[in-house]
Amino acid sequence: MADAADKHAPGAPDEPVKPDPPGYFKGESMTRRNAFIALGQAFGGVAGVAIALPVVGFAIAPIFEGPDETWQGVGAPDDFVPETYRQAVITEVSGMGEAGKTTVYVRRGSPDVDEDPEEFVAISTRCAHLGCPVRFYPSAGSFICPCHGGIYDFEGRVTGGPPVRPLDRFQTRIRAGQVEIGPRFSVTSQLEPVRTRDPAAFTGGVWEYLYPPRPTTPPAP
Amino acid sequence: MGLRDTLTPAGLRKPARPGEGNGDGASPLIEKAKEAPVDLVGWVDERTGASPFLTGLLFRKVPKGTNWFYTLGSATLFAFVLQAITGVFLAMFYVPSPTEAYDSITHITDEVFLGAFVRGLHIWGATLMVIVIFIHMGRVFFFGAYKYPRELNWVIGVVLLILTMVMGLTGYLLPFDQRSYWATVVAMNITASGPVLGPYLADFLRAGADVGETTLPRFYAIHMLLVPGLMIALIGAHLYLVVKLGTTAPPWLRAETKPKSLREEQV
Repeated sequence: MADAADKHAPGAPDEPVKPDPPGYFKGESMTRRNAFIALGQAFGGVAGVAIALPVVGFAIAPIFEGPDETWQGVGAPDDFVPETYRQAVITEVSGMGEAGKTTVYVRRGSPDVDEDPEEFVAISTRCAHLGCPVRFYPSAGSFICPCHGGIYDFEGRVTGGPPVRPLDRFQTRIRAGQVEIGPRFSVTSQLEPVRTRDPAAFTGGVWEYLYPPRPTTPPAP
Repeated sequence: MGLRDTLTPAGLRKPARPGEGNGDGASPLIEKAKEAPVDLVGWVDERTGASPFLTGLLFRKVPKGTNWFYTLGSATLFAFVLQAITGVFLAMFYVPSPTEAYDSITHITDEVFLGAFVRGLHIWGATLMVIVIFIHMGRVFFFGAYKYPRELNWVIGVVLLILTMVMGLTGYLLPFDQRSYWATVVAMNITASGPVLGPYLADFLRAGADVGETTLPRFYAIHMLLVPGLMIALIGAHLYLVVKLGTTAPPWLRAETKPKSLREEQV
């Protein structure tokens, strides 16, 4: 340490005294060179942030846009019976033509399973495993998924395969003599309505806490 | 005048004897014309200093035992270039809109001259690239070529492998037929099945809670702008390190020892 101090002391015999850099004044806290380096880096940083912030915002903004609440008529109440489902087609995602449409299985509430016959049940075809379209087989009374073999009973409860929760449902109501299909919601294994989740997300047990619903999803009915 | 003379910059060539021109008895004008390519190469070389770099790149030493397995990296590069070139021409006809994408694909396949061929090259080239990249990776692994000092090149290679997979994923949606659509739905839901952050990552990829009208243009931009740019940069770094560090000899060749000289040193 003493050695280093000696070397930098003015007038040390083995090191010539350096001339003051241009613009030096006594008591300066930063050399002109360092000031310009800092200034240049600050400008670069401002430019970088000015580009990055809007770009990142542009990229992630669609995440925060919730779906619009739409209600679509699918037929008169008398078209539906409690014993079996009838297919109806609704537009779930607007702006993409046929690809945005989806099939919904609709029936009246069945007294056999403690449902109100004046209520309507609309089951989503989106498999709760990874989102493939399930199909209802009246002969088996089951929904079956073509992709990975998920099987659901008449009410949409899982009876086999990989799905982690029952099939989603849609809210229903009657307006102007039409059964209307509204927002989607998910259900627990006891068919309790909860806010809608992605396929593969759990709606019960401890795993539920690892899959919180999105802030933009509508409240459960 | 041979190829060697053409490639040699003017300053390094043996000068002609005085009064004999180039030595082949041609008229000065023809001689000048013959000199033109040499002069051009020399002109560029003088201003870029490229020839030592290119000589080092093209005539670098390779170890004994170098064999056909060492061409797999070049094969992968060829597959990438094939994808880039066919992709550029497909992009001239493709429309990244959910309502028009499928029609533009059928237009390319059925109506554009050689469209089905170029699209076929792109589809099968994608498969080829995934296959050769894995064989290349296996070669590097089994030859132990990932070891010091080449670990960084292995890491870059793995990133390139992942980016190739991203290209496969994003490119698969673009035809926008039933298979594309449902494969992408499943892939996005696999992403969303990750705990806590999964749904948000999937939201970012598909630009919303469902595969919607923004998803396809987003995949298209990722497929043809974002990932290719990254891949070109990383391939450059990968090749730089290959040239800088050299290749490894196959593991069945032992380093040559000279017992005689060793004994001399020991004495």
